Amino acid sequence: MWLEVAWLNPLLAPLQYAFMQRSLAVAIMVGIICSVVGSYLMVQRLALLGDAISHSVLPGLAIAFLLGFNIFIGAFIAGVISTVMIGWIHTRSPIKEDAAMGIVFSAFFALGITLITTIQRDNKIDLNHFLFGNILGVTALDVRDTAIIAALVLLTVALLYKELLFYSFDPLGAQASGLPVGWLNAGLMVLIALTVVASMKVVGVILVLSLLIAPGATAYLLVPRLHQVMAVGSGVGVLASVSGMYLSYYLNWPSGPAIVLVVSMLFVLAFLLSPTHGVLTGPGTRVGHYLRTWLRRQ
Amino acid sequence: MAPLAKITVDHLSVRYREVQALRNINLTLRPGKLIGIFGPNGAGKSTLIKAMLGLMPVTTGRVTYGPRPLAQQLAQVAYVPQRSQIDWTFPATVWDVVMMGRVNKTGWLHRFSTVSRRLAQDALERVDMLEFRDRPIGALSGGQQQRVFLARALAQEATIFCFDEPFVGVDQKTEAVLFQIFRELAAAGKIVMVVNHDLGESITNFDQLVLLNKELIAAGPREWVLTRDHMTQAYGGHIGFFGHVA
Repeated sequence: MWLEVAWLNPLLAPLQYAFMQRSLAVAIMVGIICSVVGSYLMVQRLALLGDAISHSVLPGLAIAFLLGFNIFIGAFIAGVISTVMIGWIHTRSPIKEDAAMGIVFSAFFALGITLITTIQRDNKIDLNHFLFGNILGVTALDVRDTAIIAALVLLTVALLYKELLFYSFDPLGAQASGLPVGWLNAGLMVLIALTVVASMKVVGVILVLSLLIAPGATAYLLVPRLHQVMAVGSGVGVLASVSGMYLSYYLNWPSGPAIVLVVSMLFVLAFLLSPTHGVLTGPGTRVGHYLRTWLRRQ
Repeated sequence: MAPLAKITVDHLSVRYREVQALRNINLTLRPGKLIGIFGPNGAGKSTLIKAMLGLMPVTTGRVTYGPRPLAQQLAQVAYVPQRSQIDWTFPATVWDVVMMGRVNKTGWLHRFSTVSRRLAQDALERVDMLEFRDRPIGALSGGQQQRVFLARALAQEATIFCFDEPFVGVDQKTEAVLFQIFRELAAAGKIVMVVNHDLGESITNFDQLVLLNKELIAAGPREWVLTRDHMTQAYGGHIGFFGHVA
């Protein structure tokens, strides 16, 4: 029986618990959508926007909790409102976009922290779980909501892939060819907000940026085309979030930091050892030269 | 759209916040000629193209192609931005970039057709870049990158072609290929506009010139536009090269 393989036991044994199965499902889904959507953020140099949206979801979450709505929906609405406000400040005043982001996201974040701290005095809600993730605490409802979001995000990216590729590579050229770039940009913002919301319980809002950017950045050092970056990045993202889940289970680490440490390590490996861009093994390096000569001889 | 429709620019003005970028431009651009848009730095050459295509808001004026506004007929337009506008480290291959020229014609939710692939392949062949189709765009020289963008424009099957500073940072071979194809497009009855600032030898390649410095100084046949008087108005007294000036 394959279950008897001894070294697999530490990995398989925890999965007999229903809560671990839920965590695994959510970890895989979040690892994939963060990498796919994050690839767009990386190539458009919008990393800071990902950070802004993720910090901005907190007040929406708190208000939804107070009013008894689905907290995912509240968080999503707050994320979208923050991007609209950033765009509004940026276009209606001489303030630059990064400054507008800094102003809006810290204000939203402060409001969120204040609201949740006030609420958690009387309720079973833990601020730390939203800030740093709590992958072992996902409920069956969380799994359902994450699955809906993941399906929506992946379907949208698949259906709009060629348009989003053109837009993110050459926005002016795309606009000049008649594509509705305003709508494509808005769609991308919605995808980012949805992804952040789905990742809240896994990595937490402070560290979600890492799971958005690092898998794509790792893959970018390994493969040359955007869809390949997304595919390889998804593998990296899933590996990181599942590893983070086990670290959280065995060592009782907060899941967000555990995942981020794994994905950062994977990035460092690619940074040092990528065949095309690696600092130690890329073209023009001595190690790379020996390895390539050796491979050619095989 | 009749193939030989012309573009009419009527009292076009553009302001960004405090700065008047273009003032009261009136122009007619006809198919069949290679049109060069010239002027000093900051003259509003790129702004003119972007405003014509509706890529930036205009303060006053209208631009029509045939009976309708040009900005509503962008499916007819192939636009190649300045090289500096593009992030050349983007994860895409030559083929990916040329296929972008087929996105709008392909339509939402559809896959690229065999016809589109054929057009992209022919376009790459025409600019002599077919053997590079699987290369990442970041691994090409500046001239090769510009030829890939030209191939993308060709694959669009447009009737109006706009190139913004296509000769910046390109090699001799690319310059020759670009001019050759620009002439072929013009000869095929397309409207071909090229923003340029180089007043050297290559200016003789253009049939028509538009000379700008925030306002229109002159537009028409090259010999007619290139007078000392016009050049002084456009460039002030600071122009060294008058070799082709009548």
